[in-house]
Amino acid sequence: MADITLRVNGAARTGSPEARMTLADFLRDDLNLTGTHLGCEHGVCGACTVIVDGRAVRSCLMLAVQAAGSEVTTIEGLAPDGELGTLQQAMWDSHSFQCGFCTPGMVMQAAAFLGNHPDADEQQIREALSGNICRCTGYQSIIDGVLLAAERSRAR
Amino acid sequence: MKLPHVEYEAPKTVSEAVELLAEHQDEASVLAGGQSLIPLLALRLAHPAVLIDINGIDELSGVSAADGWVAIGAMTREYIAEESETVAGTVPLLAAALPLIGHEAIRSRGTIGGSLAHADPAAELPAVARALDAEFVVRGPSGERVIPAAEWFEGFLTTSRQPDELLVEVRFPAAGRGTGISFQEVVRRHGDFAIVGLAASLTLSGGAISDARLAFAGLADVPVRATDAEDLLAGEEPSAELFDEAARRATGDTDPPADLHGSSDYRRKVAAALVRRGLRAAADNAYERQ
Repeated sequence: MADITLRVNGAARTGSPEARMTLADFLRDDLNLTGTHLGCEHGVCGACTVIVDGRAVRSCLMLAVQAAGSEVTTIEGLAPDGELGTLQQAMWDSHSFQCGFCTPGMVMQAAAFLGNHPDADEQQIREALSGNICRCTGYQSIIDGVLLAAERSRAR
Repeated sequence: MKLPHVEYEAPKTVSEAVELLAEHQDEASVLAGGQSLIPLLALRLAHPAVLIDINGIDELSGVSAADGWVAIGAMTREYIAEESETVAGTVPLLAAALPLIGHEAIRSRGTIGGSLAHADPAAELPAVARALDAEFVVRGPSGERVIPAAEWFEGFLTTSRQPDELLVEVRFPAAGRGTGISFQEVVRRHGDFAIVGLAASLTLSGGAISDARLAFAGLADVPVRATDAEDLLAGEEPSAELFDEAARRATGDTDPPADLHGSSDYRRKVAAALVRRGLRAAADNAYERQ
């Protein structure tokens, strides 16, 4: 057990995770941030994607103790006041999701990518989301939502 | 699955890490980016007693160029190398392979040294290191030694690093004038491991090929050089017929693995197609760089 301090969605948080505890389990079980979903638990499905220090990261492939001192953003951090952000609203408008299981990972991956590549085109968005698996939609509606978000951000 | 119980050490210097490795020997696993090791733990395919986490060792990260070589610290994350102008300008074959590794979120954490020490024969970086004759710098209790790529890859997920040694740096030779490169791979989906991959480098001088390098990913339990084809190409002028013959020589006596992604015969045919494509693309690139 090690005491760690990190920032999650803008607030300082502390904890004492076992070394083997992943960041995903720490967020869900110790901080009760259950918006981050766990699918495969070995880095294949992308459902657990969060943003660590500005980059998309699979939280099942990072130990909680390794996040000490980091700035972590989870799906809960995208709408802190209950208002959907541009990306979330665009995905809502595009009917991007069905069952919702892959949703937090898709949204966080898209948020990190658009944050670093505001001018991304469809092909780049497809590549950026290629590591996130969705079993409902066939992906087209997800791509449409991210493209719409990129357009709306540029129009501002 | 959740990870198994494991002890955890987070040294701050290379010397501390080497001391821990000397103490725990093959009971220890070195944790760099964790993008391969953590899945191995989750799937119970690796059973280390101790994780030695080298993420806190600042001296292991960085890209520097000197004397015709680019030295990359073992803990340098793949996205940092991908964004490095030094890498893009000096080792274009490496720069071409980096965006093909896993997915964006994998490259956020994954490291150059981690991928090369893990030594998955279907991964991109081992083929690049083998094609370019990269050098591996390891440090152990008795000091440092430099291992050429030809001696680094010993078998499936196995390298010549000893249990008490830490990979600290990998050196890649700078591409000279007239050197063109191409990284080719066939995958089911962007970011997957290659069914077959090829790292190709051709140097042209006076219209003829003065140096040819071809290294395959996914054709054997280690990344392999196509030396017969390289010998054929040396001294010749690039042509479609020459590249066809090189593809035959590169793949004729290979015995690729078979799995649900492709039979052995399919892999051999893909490999031949990649040699033709890779050589054509590398030659075009070499003309541009003359």
